[in-house]
Amino acid sequence: MARLGLRGVLLLWAGGLALLALSVATAITIGPADIAVRDVWAVVVSRLGGGESSLTPIREGIIWDLRLPRTLLAAVCGAGLGLCGAVLQSLLRNPLADPFLLGVSSGASTGAVLVVVLGVGGGAVSLSVGAFAGALCSFACVLLLGYASGGTTDRLVLSGVAAMQLFSALTSFIVISSADAEQTRGVLFWLLGSLSGANWNDVITGAAVLGAVLAVAVYTATALDAFAFGSDAAASLGVSVTRVRLLLLTATALLTAVLVSVAGAIGFVGLVLPHAVRAVVGSGHRRLLPTTALAGAVFLVWVDTVARTAMDPQEIPVGVVTSLVGVPAFAVVLYRVRRGT
Amino acid sequence: MGLSAENVSWTAGGRIIVDGVSLEPRPGETLGLLGPNGSGKSTLLRLLAGVRPTSSGVVRLDGNPLRELGRRAVARRVAVVEQHATTQVHMTVLDVVRLGRTPHRRPWGVLSARDEEAVREAIRRTRLEERAEQSWHTLSGGERQRVQIARALAQQPRELLLDEPTNHLDIQHQLELLALVARLPLTSVVALHDLNLAAMFCDHLLVLKHGRAVAAGTPGQVLTEELIADVYGVRTVVTRDGPDGRPSVRFLPPVPDAPTPPQTGTVGGFSSATG
Repeated sequence: MARLGLRGVLLLWAGGLALLALSVATAITIGPADIAVRDVWAVVVSRLGGGESSLTPIREGIIWDLRLPRTLLAAVCGAGLGLCGAVLQSLLRNPLADPFLLGVSSGASTGAVLVVVLGVGGGAVSLSVGAFAGALCSFACVLLLGYASGGTTDRLVLSGVAAMQLFSALTSFIVISSADAEQTRGVLFWLLGSLSGANWNDVITGAAVLGAVLAVAVYTATALDAFAFGSDAAASLGVSVTRVRLLLLTATALLTAVLVSVAGAIGFVGLVLPHAVRAVVGSGHRRLLPTTALAGAVFLVWVDTVARTAMDPQEIPVGVVTSLVGVPAFAVVLYRVRRGT
Repeated sequence: MGLSAENVSWTAGGRIIVDGVSLEPRPGETLGLLGPNGSGKSTLLRLLAGVRPTSSGVVRLDGNPLRELGRRAVARRVAVVEQHATTQVHMTVLDVVRLGRTPHRRPWGVLSARDEEAVREAIRRTRLEERAEQSWHTLSGGERQRVQIARALAQQPRELLLDEPTNHLDIQHQLELLALVARLPLTSVVALHDLNLAAMFCDHLLVLKHGRAVAAGTPGQVLTEELIADVYGVRTVVTRDGPDGRPSVRFLPPVPDAPTPPQTGTVGGFSSATG
């Protein structure tokens, strides 16, 4: 496969950033209220201190309080999920790894239903906080079980699968035994992944954690490359395997937990996109990780636009749309793995 | 000086895998590790590489204990070639050889001119120039091992540890690979199955049985019919027909009703040290 040189990758990143900016600007204009790109620009300029825009407060509200945070959150979630997927696939040497493999999403859902259905926290705790706490609990269980049983990658994966089963079962049990119809509907919508509750706080928190984890991941890119032939080979190349693995597992789990707590479990972005990006820029992580983040951001901006407008006024959970796109792509990945390519 | 092991042991799940082995290869020589499956050859190599911590005893590099040196510092001196490297990652030969520069790189840095020079030199020495852009997955077993040696050379080590590097190769590639290793101006420790290849290419041999060193010396001193019967439990005829009068081992079929050779006891009571 012809791969891009250094100049090609820099061009690709510049083009990707431009495409992302354009996608965000365009996606905001799509929807029931008719808005033009220059309206978006005017609102952004005015909110950043550049004087008054000539729009009505309602239209300004739609842009600044609804569509802009939602579109930006889509970009952050797409970037973060793609990044986590790429890191975990290399770290666990498993092409089918995704950000939810280590039980983070199922732990988050248990935390969320505890808050929403059983009222844990007495109203002082939001769904997001409950989900975040649940995600960390589940991840802690996976690490404990994984390292207690030997700490090899397959033990970690098995521990993740076990935690996923356990917390999914807990979630179902709580919903079936205690939730009313309205709560069930709300929880289900969130479980499938939805960006409809996006606000500026979510965007800022998500972007900050994304930035930090991206920096950590690029910093360890050389070490991640060295995992290509397994952890013993990485160790003999001078990589502190245990330290790097723990650092990256924790970083990706944190980011995934933040994203899941604000947007639910949006599937398949983290599983499929890294494979597509590898085919274009190769498997060197210094190139792969930023490119996957960019591709994930652009992808989810458009998928969310489809999710909120395709069946207007009814909204489709964005996780449903990613899976409808993702499953056929997943089938291709499986086919390639079977052929051993 | 160089790499040495002093009375090293490794225990896993209550079982002693390596039991008080000492060795100190001379700079530039090729030291062969012999012994049947499960005798502790691979584990001993992992201890020497510092990939596993010793349960007792100490591995030293120029007199400094390995565990005090740090992983990166060790990887700049000691390179490892596994018996069967596999990956699912799509990589070219050049990508794989460049991995050898990992211990020399700073986290944010790109490959320097020195890195690229080391990679080119490693590819030249292993005669892989024509293959540099080829995908790892399209290579034959012999070519893959040569690429792994190139990757190890790109680390610019002074010690090279090889774990049964010829295991999956046909006879021509076995000979080529070991000739290459013996030719390198590095101290090599190589675990081998084939006694004749060991006799042909190694300067010294160390024989392991149940994790213990039971014989050490030149191939001529070590490879005797008695020792092979004791360690491997097979009958042989050893002659001096190898190159430069080195021993040549011919295997005989087992005698149907003969008592099996004794499985315990050592020959000569060796427990340490070549050179």
